[in-house]
Amino acid sequence: MLHAPPSALVSRAPTLIFAAALAALPLILPNAYYYDVAIRIAANATVAIALNLLIGYTGQISLGHAAFFGLGAYGSAILVGVFGWPPLAALVASAAAVGTLAYLVGRAILRLEGHYLAMATLGLGVVASIAIGNEVALTGGPDGMAVPDFSVLSWRLAGEKSWYWVFAALLVAAIALADNLVDSPAGRALRALHGSQTAARTLGVDASAFKTRVFVLSAVAAAFVGSLYGHYEGFVTPGLAAFPKSVQLMTMVVVGGMASVWGSVLGAALLSLAPELLARFQGYETIGFGLILVITMIFLPRGIAPTLAARFGRKAA
Amino acid sequence: MRCSLRTGGWRRASLVAAVLAWTACSAHAEEPIKIGSVFSVTGPAAFLGDPELKTLQIYVDQTNAEGGLLGHPIKLIAYDDGSEAAQANSFAKRLIEEDRVDILIGGSTTGSTMAMYPQVERAQIPFISCAAGVVIVEPVKKWMFKVAHSDRMAAERVFADAKKRGLTKIALLSETSGFGQSGRKESLAAAPKAGVEIVADETYGPKDSDVTAQLTKIRAVDGLQAIFVFGMGEGPAVVAKGVAQLGITLPVYQSHGVASAEFVRLAGAAAEGERFPAAAILIPEQLDESDPQRAVLKDYVALFAAKTGNDVSTFGGHARDAFFIFKAAAERAGSVDKAKVRDEIEKTSGFVGTGGVVSMTPQDHLGLSASAFRMIEIKDGAWRLAE
Amino acid sequence: MARGGWRSDRRPLGPYESRVVPQLPQLILTGVTVGATYALAALGFSIIYNASGVINFAQGEFIMLGGMIAAFLAALGAPLPLAVVGAVAATALIGFIVAKLAIAPARGADVTTLVIITIGVSMILRGGVEATLGKGGRALPPFSGDKPIAIAGAMVSPQSLWVMATTLVVVAALALFFTRTRHGKGILAAAYNRLAAELVGVDTRRVLSMSFVLSAALGALGGVLIAPIANASYDAGIMLGLKGFVAAAIGGLGSGVGAVAGGLALGLMESLTAGYVSSAYKDAVAIVVVLAVLLVRPSGLFGAASGGET
Repeated sequence: MLHAPPSALVSRAPTLIFAAALAALPLILPNAYYYDVAIRIAANATVAIALNLLIGYTGQISLGHAAFFGLGAYGSAILVGVFGWPPLAALVASAAAVGTLAYLVGRAILRLEGHYLAMATLGLGVVASIAIGNEVALTGGPDGMAVPDFSVLSWRLAGEKSWYWVFAALLVAAIALADNLVDSPAGRALRALHGSQTAARTLGVDASAFKTRVFVLSAVAAAFVGSLYGHYEGFVTPGLAAFPKSVQLMTMVVVGGMASVWGSVLGAALLSLAPELLARFQGYETIGFGLILVITMIFLPRGIAPTLAARFGRKAA
Repeated sequence: MRCSLRTGGWRRASLVAAVLAWTACSAHAEEPIKIGSVFSVTGPAAFLGDPELKTLQIYVDQTNAEGGLLGHPIKLIAYDDGSEAAQANSFAKRLIEEDRVDILIGGSTTGSTMAMYPQVERAQIPFISCAAGVVIVEPVKKWMFKVAHSDRMAAERVFADAKKRGLTKIALLSETSGFGQSGRKESLAAAPKAGVEIVADETYGPKDSDVTAQLTKIRAVDGLQAIFVFGMGEGPAVVAKGVAQLGITLPVYQSHGVASAEFVRLAGAAAEGERFPAAAILIPEQLDESDPQRAVLKDYVALFAAKTGNDVSTFGGHARDAFFIFKAAAERAGSVDKAKVRDEIEKTSGFVGTGGVVSMTPQDHLGLSASAFRMIEIKDGAWRLAE
Repeated sequence: MARGGWRSDRRPLGPYESRVVPQLPQLILTGVTVGATYALAALGFSIIYNASGVINFAQGEFIMLGGMIAAFLAALGAPLPLAVVGAVAATALIGFIVAKLAIAPARGADVTTLVIITIGVSMILRGGVEATLGKGGRALPPFSGDKPIAIAGAMVSPQSLWVMATTLVVVAALALFFTRTRHGKGILAAAYNRLAAELVGVDTRRVLSMSFVLSAALGALGGVLIAPIANASYDAGIMLGLKGFVAAAIGGLGSGVGAVAGGLALGLMESLTAGYVSSAYKDAVAIVVVLAVLLVRPSGLFGAASGGET
C-alpha cells in the first residue's frame, strides 16, 4: 500500500528518537506516581492523535470523542468483569462494537455541517455517558465499577512499570501510523477534504466514505486505548465518557496544533501535566486552566507545534 | 582530600558517622507526620468535600499549635479530585508514592473512595473514608475504615419512622448522582424488610432546574402516602420547592444529604415539615445534658463557624472524626507505623465523634449503629428533634 | 388524590412499578417554563453566532452570573429590582470585556480555535465565581411570592409565569430591534456582508462587542428569572449552556424564531419524557430526538440551508 521514498528512514528519525527517549525514560522516573503520569500522557496522546486525524485533517469537529474512549473502557470492563470473558477477546470485541456504533452513527451525522456536526457529536457523548450512568446493573452506575487485571492465558499484566511499556509502544505505533497515513495517498485525500470538499470531490475523493472511514478509525483507536486504560486503572467511571473529558481531548488537539501529530503529543503532555502542576493552587485550578487555554489560543492560534515549527523554519509535521 | 584509613582514618570516619547519625536523629524529631487527603473540593460533590477539607485543616493547625502529634508536627497534603473518581485514583498514587504519607483521610464520595482502594490495599496504608456508601465496609476491607453513616442506615431510619406514622406506601425520588443511586439501591433493598412498599421509583438530575414532571408522575400513584427523596445539596431543595408548587401535602422524607443549613436556606418555606435522619451535629442544644456528644458537638460547631464563617455541615464533622480517630490510634500505637496504626484504629472503642459514639471491631469498620442517626424535622426554618 | 387519565395496561404490577397516570397540562406547563429558559439561552447563542460565527460556550456562564450576582446583591440588602438590574448590567459589562479581551484578538482564527477560547473563558468565569463567591448554592426570593396559581388543572408558580412572560417580551423586543432599528439591522447586515455594511455606514467594529453585550444581558436575565426556582451556584452554567446550544441547533443556528422554537421543543420533550417514559433518560431522549430532527433538517428547523462548506 505505501510506497516509501528512499528518505523514509530520515523522515522517520523523529519517531525513532522519540521511541528511544521513551525507552530511556524509566531510568529517571523515581516512583510509580511518575509512571502513572507518563502513562496518562501516553494514553491521552494516543487518543489525541486519533482525534487529530478527524479534526485536523478532515476539519470535522468532534465534541463527543471521550464517549468512544469510555465505551471502550466499559465494554472491556463489563465483558471481563460481569461476563467473565478473557481480556484479549473483550478488548477486540469492545473495539469492534464501538467501531460498528461509530459507523452507524457516522453515516447518519457526518452529513451535517460545522456546528451542527459539533452539536451532534456532543449530543452523542452526553447520551453515552447518561446511558453508562443509568444502567447500574451492568455498569455500577455513577460510582463506576472495578476492572479485573489484564491477563493473557496465565500471564498477568499489572503495575505501573509493566503498563508503561504497553502505552509507550502504543503511542509510538500511533505516531508511526499517523505519519504514514498523512504521507500516503489516503492522507493527501484527507488533507484535500479539509481544504475544500468540492475540490476534493472533483479529484475523485469520495468525501462521505472517507469521512466515515476516518471517523470510525479514530473511534476504534479511542476505544482500544480506553479498554487498556480501564484495565490499567482497575476502575472505570462514567466520567471517562463525559463531556469534560471530550473537551479535554479536543483542547489537547487544538492547543497542540491541529493537523500536527507531534502537536497532539505536545498538547496531551501539557494538558495532562497542567492539573498536576495546578494542584497546588487550591481553589484556583479552574481559573488557572481557563487562563492557560485562552492565552495560548490567542497568541498561538494554530497551536503550539505549528507555531514553533514555523518559528524554527522547519516543515510542520 | 584523601581519607587515609590506615592512620587516624577510622577515628575520623566514625566521628563523621556520629555527626551524621546525630543530625539524622534530630532531623527525624522534626520530621513531620504526613496526612494525605483527597477530597472533592470542586465539582458536584463540593458540598461534601469543601467543609471536609476545611475541617481537616482547622484541626491539623490546632494540633500543631498544641505541640503536634507524638512530638512531631503534622503536615497535611491535600488534593482535590474535582468529584472525578479517576482523578482520586491518581492523587492517591501521588500521595502514597511521591508524597509518602503515613495515612490517607478522604474520599468525599463512595465512587472516589472505591477508586482509591486498590492503591491503598497494595501500599498497605490505612485509609479513613468520609463517604456514605455501605459498600465501603461491606464486605469489610482490611485497610479501609469509614466514619460517615451508611446510606442503608438512612433508609432504615426513614422507613422505621414512616412505619411508626402509618405510612407504608412510599414513592422514591433519587438523584442520579453516586450518592443518590447508592441510596436508591439501599432503599429498595431495605423497604421490604422494614415493612414499607416503594410504589414509585423516579430520578432527577442534580442540576435540574425543575422536577415537577417527576413529581406529577409520582403524585398520581394510587394510595401514595409519603415521598422519600434521596439526594444531596441543592437538588433536594428544588424538589422541595416543586412539592410546594404542586400543592402536594403528603409527608416528605429527605436523606442525610440535606443535613446542612444550605438546604434550609435554599428551600425556604418549602422545607417546612420535612423530616430527615442526621447526626446530632445539627441540634446539639437539643440533646440531653448527659449526652456524651453534646460537648463535642458544640465545640466543633463553634470552632467551624469561627474559623470559616460557614454554617456547620455534617460532612465536615466526618473529617473531624476521621482525624481524631487517627490521632488517638497513633497515640495508642506510639508511632505512625502503618500496620500498627491500622490495628489501633480497628480497636477504636467508645470514641465520641460528631457522627455518634464509635466502636469498631475487625468485622465492623464503621462502628456506628443506626441509633447514631436522629430523626430531625424542619419547623419554622429550624431543626427540631422529632422523636 | 386525583387519578384521572386512562389505564395503559391491565397486567398486575411488579413490586416497584406504579400505574402511571400523569397529568398532561402540568407536564406541558413545566415543559414551557423550562423551555423558556432554554429559549433565552439559545437566543444568546444565536445572536453571537449571527454577528460573528462564534459559538460562545461561555453563554451558560452568563446565565449563571446573572443568578449569582443578583443573589449576591440581594444578600447584601439590595431590593430585588435593583439586584436584578445590577446583575444584568454587571454581566453585560463582563460580556463586553470578554469580547474585547478574548474574542477580538483572535478574530480570523479557525472556528475550533475560537471554540477553545470560549471554553477557556467559561472556565475563567466559573473559576472566578468559585473563588470569589464560593461553592455554595444561593437563593433568590421569587419576584412576586410563591403561592401557586391554578391554570387549566395545573399548578404554576408565579415565578414560572414571570419566566414565560419575560421571555415573550424579550423575544418581541429583539424582533423589533433586529428588524426595525438601525443598530439591529446594522448587526445583521454586518454579519451578512461586512464590506457592504461598512459601505453603507455601519460601524462593524462595534458589532462583535455589541452582540456579546446583548447576549450576556439576555443570559443574565434568564439566570435571574430562573434563580428563584432552581437556585444559583457557580456550576449552574454548564448544563444550561449545553442545553442552550442544543436548543439553538434544533431551531437552526442564527435564527431567533428557531432559538425560541428549539428551546420550547427541548423543554417539552424533557418534561414529557420524564412524565411518560423514564425520568432517568429524559435528557438522553431529548437529545436523540434532536439528532433525529437534524437528520431530517440538517440546518435545524428554521435554519438557513447551509450554502457554505465546512
